[in-house]
Amino acid sequence: MAAQNLQSVPAEPTAEQRQEQADREGQAYFDRIMAEDSRIEPKDWMPAAYRKTLLRQISQHAHSEIIGMQPEANWITRAPSLKRKAILMAKVQDEAGHGLYLYSAAETLGHTRDEMMDALIAGKARYSSIFNYPALTWADMGAIGWLVDGAAICNQVPLCRASYGPYGRAMVRICKEESFHQRQGFEILLELSNGTPEQKQMAQDAVNRWYAPSLMMFGPPDDDSPNSKQSMAWNIKRFSNDELRSRFVGMMVEQVKVLGLTLPDSQIRYNEDTKKWEHGPLDWNEFQEVLAGRGPCNAQRLERRREAHDDGAWVREAAAAYAAKQSARMQKENAA
Amino acid sequence: MSPHGNPEEPASSAAEIKREAPKVSTGSTNDSVIEPVEIKSSTTEVSTSSTTGRSGWGLWEVFVRSSRGLSHVHAGSLHAPDAAMALRNARDLYTRRNEGVSIWVVPAEAIAASDPDAKGSFFESPQGKDYRHATYYTKSEGVKHL
Ligand SMILES: [Fe+2]
Ligand SMILES: [Fe+2]
Repeated sequence: MAAQNLQSVPAEPTAEQRQEQADREGQAYFDRIMAEDSRIEPKDWMPAAYRKTLLRQISQHAHSEIIGMQPEANWITRAPSLKRKAILMAKVQDEAGHGLYLYSAAETLGHTRDEMMDALIAGKARYSSIFNYPALTWADMGAIGWLVDGAAICNQVPLCRASYGPYGRAMVRICKEESFHQRQGFEILLELSNGTPEQKQMAQDAVNRWYAPSLMMFGPPDDDSPNSKQSMAWNIKRFSNDELRSRFVGMMVEQVKVLGLTLPDSQIRYNEDTKKWEHGPLDWNEFQEVLAGRGPCNAQRLERRREAHDDGAWVREAAAAYAAKQSARMQKENAA
Repeated sequence: MSPHGNPEEPASSAAEIKREAPKVSTGSTNDSVIEPVEIKSSTTEVSTSSTTGRSGWGLWEVFVRSSRGLSHVHAGSLHAPDAAMALRNARDLYTRRNEGVSIWVVPAEAIAASDPDAKGSFFESPQGKDYRHATYYTKSEGVKHL
């Protein structure tokens, strides 16, 4: 290829021309990878918009996992038994892990961990709107596991095949861990549902409150989701928001029967013509409000994250100081 | 996180929380705040220019041996101030479910990698050398134990 260029271009190409040439070749390579449904790796050439989209999506996803620890972590001390405490701690620890896998994936695109942390704490980054709703009762631990983790799984399984290698690999690891999250939530609800009438009512109330927000986790309706098309062309997204939402409703409508509870939606039906599940209208105004920082718990969630970050500063500093001291001592010993 | 009272319950009445909650703005949520950074050269999967954060915690690559007899395989990366902490963090992050019997941690900057732009030429030599594969030799087909 280089030899051909020398023949057709008489003068030495300028730096700009060389860059253009590299970009053209990069784009061709990228397009071929997309057409083959293969994977892009960190050091490959990629369009700036692809990098930007991924950075936004992966970092927002990471922030969601980190903020998502809070509604459940707040219940660890009040879990009804030692076993439930242990389970809840394991789940919250998993969510921390998910956040870390995803931050690592985002770092491969050129953002530092510090930049992302700062953006989150400064309130400049978005995360899933679902975590700005309060977890009012123990039954919410069940509803969150069953509905929220359930919706997350629906969203995340296709992301295991995302065209960006590090993102897909992080999602594979995450999906392996998620299934226990949904099952433990289902069990909490089942136990309450088979308990006293008050307990059953508590379970139903939690399902009623988390149903619509969990459906909105799939994002705005397809007509109102301008970036979805491009994400699908880039093999990041595999199914549309409405498609995934419809699938989720279909699964929940069966599972809720086993729970002996109901979904707070009288308009759920299977459309024989489209072969899709349909549901009642959702309040997209509320969704936009919560996303824009005006939900019930936005301020509280950010404040808690900030606090945790500040409270942990001395630990990070102490560990770094200890490491520096150790390495200085080692160098001295080696020199002696 | 006091064991008494529900920290999830906002100060006002909880029942009306969903719609009546105070509208607190948490500042700008402009989602285009994050601009991509173009970085060209780097040795590892992580292409950030500096792998050590503000806190002095460098980036480590983690390799996990899933069971005896198998190789260590790259599991992911993490930040830690030194090797001992990197190992502990790796245990907590990548082996919460018996995924490993042994862990290696390597400072990300210590890894040298082949240049992705040189894909073609760097890996050229095995191309066209089919005779290095058993499938090249077809005349012996049907001969047993060969
Ligand atoms: Fe998660
Ligand atoms: Fe989860």
